Amino acid sequence: MSFTGDSGTLGALADVGEADQATEAVPRRRGKRFGRRRRREIGLAYLLILPSLLIFGVFVFYPFFRNFYLGFYKTPPFPGLPRHYVGFDQYRDVLTSQDFVDSLKTTVGFALLTVPTGIILGLLLAVLANQKLRGVGIYRTIFSSTIATSVAVAAVIFGTLFNPVVGLLPWLGINPSPPILDNPDLALLGVAVITIWQTLGITFILMSSGLQAIPEELHEAAQVDGAGPVRRFWRVTLPLLSPTIFFAVVVGSIFAFQTFGQIDILTQGGPLKRTNVLTYFIVKTLQQDNNDGKAAVLAVALFGITFVLTLIQMRVLERRVHYGR
Amino acid sequence: MLGRTLRYLLLTLLALVVLFPLYITLVNSLLTPEQIAAKPPTFFPTHPQWSTYSDAWDVGHMGRYLLNSAIVTTIITVGQVGTAILAGYAFAFLEFPLKRTLFLVFLSTLMVPFEITIVTNLSTINNLGWYNSYQGLAVPFLATGFGAFLMRQAFLQVPRDLQDAASLDGYGHWRFMSRVAVPLARPAVAALSVFAFLGAWNQYLWPLLVTKDEKYRTVQIGLKQLRASNLDQVNITFAGVIIAAVPLVILLLLFQKQLVRGLTAGAVKG
Amino acid sequence: MAGVALEHVTKRFGDVVAVRDLSLEAEDGEFLVLLGPSGCGKSTALRMIAGLEDPSEGTIRIGDRVVDEVEAKDRNVAMVFQSYALYPHMTVRKNIEFPLQTRNVAKEERATLTLQAAQSLGLEALLDRKPGQLSGGQRQRVALARAIVRRPDAFLMDEPLSNLDAKLRVQTRAELIELQRRLGTTVIYVTHDQVEAMTMGHRIAIMSDGVLQQVGPPQSVYERPANLFVARFIGNPAMNTVAGPIVADGDGRAIAVASTRIQLPEPYARVIRDAQLTDVVFGVRPEHLQVSSEGLLPATVSVVESLGHERHVVCRLEDGQMVIVRQQASEAAPGEGSMVRLATDLEHLHVFDAHTERRIEP
Repeated sequence: MSFTGDSGTLGALADVGEADQATEAVPRRRGKRFGRRRRREIGLAYLLILPSLLIFGVFVFYPFFRNFYLGFYKTPPFPGLPRHYVGFDQYRDVLTSQDFVDSLKTTVGFALLTVPTGIILGLLLAVLANQKLRGVGIYRTIFSSTIATSVAVAAVIFGTLFNPVVGLLPWLGINPSPPILDNPDLALLGVAVITIWQTLGITFILMSSGLQAIPEELHEAAQVDGAGPVRRFWRVTLPLLSPTIFFAVVVGSIFAFQTFGQIDILTQGGPLKRTNVLTYFIVKTLQQDNNDGKAAVLAVALFGITFVLTLIQMRVLERRVHYGR
Repeated sequence: MLGRTLRYLLLTLLALVVLFPLYITLVNSLLTPEQIAAKPPTFFPTHPQWSTYSDAWDVGHMGRYLLNSAIVTTIITVGQVGTAILAGYAFAFLEFPLKRTLFLVFLSTLMVPFEITIVTNLSTINNLGWYNSYQGLAVPFLATGFGAFLMRQAFLQVPRDLQDAASLDGYGHWRFMSRVAVPLARPAVAALSVFAFLGAWNQYLWPLLVTKDEKYRTVQIGLKQLRASNLDQVNITFAGVIIAAVPLVILLLLFQKQLVRGLTAGAVKG
Repeated sequence: MAGVALEHVTKRFGDVVAVRDLSLEAEDGEFLVLLGPSGCGKSTALRMIAGLEDPSEGTIRIGDRVVDEVEAKDRNVAMVFQSYALYPHMTVRKNIEFPLQTRNVAKEERATLTLQAAQSLGLEALLDRKPGQLSGGQRQRVALARAIVRRPDAFLMDEPLSNLDAKLRVQTRAELIELQRRLGTTVIYVTHDQVEAMTMGHRIAIMSDGVLQQVGPPQSVYERPANLFVARFIGNPAMNTVAGPIVADGDGRAIAVASTRIQLPEPYARVIRDAQLTDVVFGVRPEHLQVSSEGLLPATVSVVESLGHERHVVCRLEDGQMVIVRQQASEAAPGEGSMVRLATDLEHLHVFDAHTERRIEP
């Protein structure tokens, strides 16, 4: 298959038999002839999407479906023995186990801690940095800066800051015993704080973009109409920001459910399994317990919960979103 | 309305709070362990210990980790942008059967959480013999539904007139793609590149599962390793953190605009 | 109801002076048009009256109040923006109601006033729609309804018709005039369209580069432009302006245009003598020029444009300057390329100092 494209219109027309192929260029959306030209176009199209589809097939779809299948097989406690088929029993056992229920509670609790707080803080910073002040650009860069941090970076930094010996908290007077990350009651909160800080940059950028998309004229019209700053925020800014907030809630929840790095570095699911979020549970089941089957079931649960949650959010929340257009 | 000074005060206060963890990391990376443990804490290094950086780099292997991250991230970024351009072009400019269905298939990959793929992907990678290798780290991520979506949107903005003119000038698809469509979609390509780079650089779960030693470990796992092996020498760990964070800080400073564009592609338009 | 006054108002944005020492007063009930090209400062002046910008110098009064320290929301003016600035997420009803809510008007009264405002603009049927579902003309009327609903001291309008198509523009223009005459509220109206200015305003204030050029009723601005800028801006096609040096003609004075000498009447000559002016620009509107065999000014016909009911004859003078003659279709049309002579009545002659660009009064 070759597209010469060199001959130019006249040169190509001279070669009548080959005309269609030689000048085959950007297609007309009309012209539904299924001649060689169309078949070439179709062939090219499939060729172009093939690389992506290949990767998706091998590393996304195949694993996705196989995972369900894996859940039907119970992994033996000793390596070398074959798996045996148990049907839905494993699903039932794992999903009703206390560990799973606890993990689910922890994960949901974590999401509730981080998503609303993160959005409110990001919004607050965005509103403050949206003013027309001299040098506000520097503040905007600073507020976005945590986007340069990964979960590993944030975890290591705060892990040390929270450390009772070398950390800064004791100096600030915060000295819980046991120390935060070892404290069953405080560990999840500690990780939540770290996560909120780390995602502040993204949330800030998101909220800022949403704010800047609101035409300045609307705020001016509201001013002339007699609205003070608070009323302007509630009646004009916030409703028009609702698509962005909605997006942040949906995507934020999805990411909150996939929290892993911080837990892996700092608490390893403890203390007393109080930070055993689902993803960590899955990986630990896979790596430490070598239990493929159970891990697969947990992964299905994670997928299912995320999916359902997103669906619910779309149903319930999207109704309250005011799309400007 | 708050007075101007009050607003600046509030902004500065919040900026300090946000910056503080990074700042203290930088400071602590230049102190001795004793200084770090001392109370009250030191906020400015009077005798900077530059050796922490060379320690982190050599003994802590951060140099090697940085190289690995750079290689893997580049492969992934190039791969994602490349496949996204190809697929986006097909969806934007070509007509073919099942086009709409296939596009939905592309988008559906966004709904599949990574965790549900790791069990199988690990065994696939193992079977291919790619455990602890660059291929194992990069290949599963060479395509992205988000990227195809972004590029399709960008390509759809190319005016119909240009397509017609190019057609009359005898441009074939490959030429049109490289000479017209991609250059016109440059902002989207830049945004996608930055976004892909960021995502790949910050990956944690997969590199953890698929590497086992410093030969191929990336900088994020490297940090975990560094911390674990230097529990008493926090300054070296912090030097490692700075080393890991610096490339991204530079990226952010240079490409802030593109990054914003990439992040908000889905959000603001609803 | 109140008049609006700007006293020595200047506005700087960094190094750029957008409005320079502007003093202007609109009487209570007057329809004052701020006219000028883009960037002349008219919108800035309007925004300062609204309170959306603060003047760098000078004072603004609405009615008897000095409003310099008063915020936009408390100034009791209403503004119609060029893009209407309707709240896209609110229904038409809520949009119109909004200014009443901010003033804590009781619920029943709000509903009544909103309905009245909607009815006066023919919007009753659209009250529950959102702006996105309305046409341009309908949106414009919603913006107006929102402005009139609370009986402000003044209406400020920033090119409200420019987003409408030509036919709708003409129709809405008439409606706006009728509305203002009926309500009797002061209106400050910003536009770059001189037809709007001429037809709508009680007075026109023309601005250029931040400076007020002239203010007066439309007819006087048309008939006695104060300087070259106003002369060229008002009128379509624009006034012909021909430059030429002054030559002495005995005791009198004449303008030299190539080889022609146009003798100036004594009143002009005296002013020119006394001020010792050397160069002037004379202006004459296209409708006041005739093609006549007794005309003083020789010219070559360059292009003849027929517009149906009238004709524009574009002529080139001997020294290359171009003028346009407006003829009725009934008059004989000169051929393109032919040599003609142009004549005018001296009373339709405007003379401007070439250096100061100001009008010379005889």
